[in-house]
Amino acid sequence: MSVEILVLFVFVLSIFVGFEEISKVPSMLHTPLMSGTNAIHGIILLGGMLVLAAADTPLARTLGFIAVVFGSANVFGGFMVTDRMLQMFKKKKK
Amino acid sequence: MSSTLALIFIGVAVLFILGIKFLSSPKTARYGNLLAAAGMVVAFFATIPLMQLHEWNLNCTLMAVGIVIGLVIGAIGAYSVKMTAMPQMVAAFNGLGGGSAALVASLEFLRRSHSLEGVAVSAAVPMLFATLIGSLSFSGSIIAFLKLEGKFERPHTFPGQNFLNGLVLLVIRGLGGWLTFNASGSNSATAFVVMFVLALAFGVAMVMPIGGADMPVVISLLNSFTGLAVAGDGFVINNLSMIVAGTLVGSSGTLLTLLMCKAMNRPVTNVLFGAFGSGGGSQAAAGGVAGTVKPIQADEAALLLSYAQRVVIVPGYGMAVAQAQHSVRELSDELGKRGVEVQFAIHPVAGRMPGHMNVLLAEANVPYDQLQEMEAINPSMDRVDVCLVIGANDVVNPAAREEKSSPIYGMPIIEADHAKTVIVMKRSMAKGFAGIENHLFYKDNTRMLFGDAKASLNALVAAVKAS
Repeated sequence: MSVEILVLFVFVLSIFVGFEEISKVPSMLHTPLMSGTNAIHGIILLGGMLVLAAADTPLARTLGFIAVVFGSANVFGGFMVTDRMLQMFKKKKK
Repeated sequence: MSSTLALIFIGVAVLFILGIKFLSSPKTARYGNLLAAAGMVVAFFATIPLMQLHEWNLNCTLMAVGIVIGLVIGAIGAYSVKMTAMPQMVAAFNGLGGGSAALVASLEFLRRSHSLEGVAVSAAVPMLFATLIGSLSFSGSIIAFLKLEGKFERPHTFPGQNFLNGLVLLVIRGLGGWLTFNASGSNSATAFVVMFVLALAFGVAMVMPIGGADMPVVISLLNSFTGLAVAGDGFVINNLSMIVAGTLVGSSGTLLTLLMCKAMNRPVTNVLFGAFGSGGGSQAAAGGVAGTVKPIQADEAALLLSYAQRVVIVPGYGMAVAQAQHSVRELSDELGKRGVEVQFAIHPVAGRMPGHMNVLLAEANVPYDQLQEMEAINPSMDRVDVCLVIGANDVVNPAAREEKSSPIYGMPIIEADHAKTVIVMKRSMAKGFAGIENHLFYKDNTRMLFGDAKASLNALVAAVKAS
């Protein structure tokens, strides 16, 4: 089995995990959940870092830099805003 | 990649999966978010050894500066945004992620198409896919953001729009197909840029015709698009944790989108291509509604409320706009002190996002157990003395139940009209986002309390205290 097939295997399994996980969420947590998953795709920051690291032309550097800024805003902002939302849910349970 | 790093990335994937899992229960949600964030930190450090640095100093400095700028933007956005503006913020962060995904794929494509070994078809497909989906998500999210900010909220349509969009899509597909097999060709960079720009334009064209009320569905869809774009990038740069994280977001986002459409009783195709508000509105208005509108003053409404046994409050987007959630809590507390049983009925699509109302009421410290979901409260609505509708419209419109020709016919609603008395707080007789008349306003047992929701609520609180 080639590496590509194995990677595809992981991809297909991940699809099913994603479907299974969300089917049990109460609707009041849908906004935090959307926000949380939004933060998780901020992992694109790593992709931005990898391409910026390998950049060897001014154009590649500029685009890579923008990718890093965008990705970083996505990941940090995403987790912070989700935490802020969930903090409020917690506070009032006391 | 060394096997140690590979093992670490498996751990990261597990943290993300558990994070989403914990996010699905109120008790563990915050922990789940922190778990996912921890996964992100681990993934970050595990990526550093993978970097093939070219010009160490310059690229490293740029990277550090970029991350810090992003951190500042993210933190300012996350901590300064009002809770009512949450949906916009999610749209904005999602757009940035999509843009980043598109840029990463583009850079890889342009670099490899100029390299000696060329681009294999198996690598070209995910690269082109991530570029298209990512840039579409970027421009689409910007439009969604602006629409939620109140800019061009109404659907924008023109004859032949779907045809034009289809044509653009066809050209994008054609270019993508050609590039898949000719990635190293002499014109590939030009074709790639044209495709990129067209994808951006398509994102705008796709979201522009959709009304503000449908933005949650759009954001959820674009969120899953960004996830898939990130997964595509994962294939391109061989990063398993990006594939897993992106795919999880992609599939869960798709399901969430479908769930939202289901709550509105509309197929997703209708949301995306129907340009709902324009066509259906005139049709329903022409039908006319029998009955008269009966206004009520705050002091009389306060009397009705304070002598009721059971009151159900139905919040909607109007409450969010007026920032009235704290006043609502005050009213509910005041009524509670007088022995009135107060509950909140939450429609799944009330506000601009599923759970939007829950977040707002949570901010105002309304206890969990007072919040009831639509299915839970509907069977007992006819035993409710007063139903107070605050800035909700389409989600309480009985036309969904009574009038077959209505565009919202069949949508599940909160049966506010079954209560003995309904008090509707509204700024004017303007239509809701579906653009149709609300039959509830003309019912015999309905009274209208006109004015800004917050001002009216404060007047109610004062009057209840005095009575």
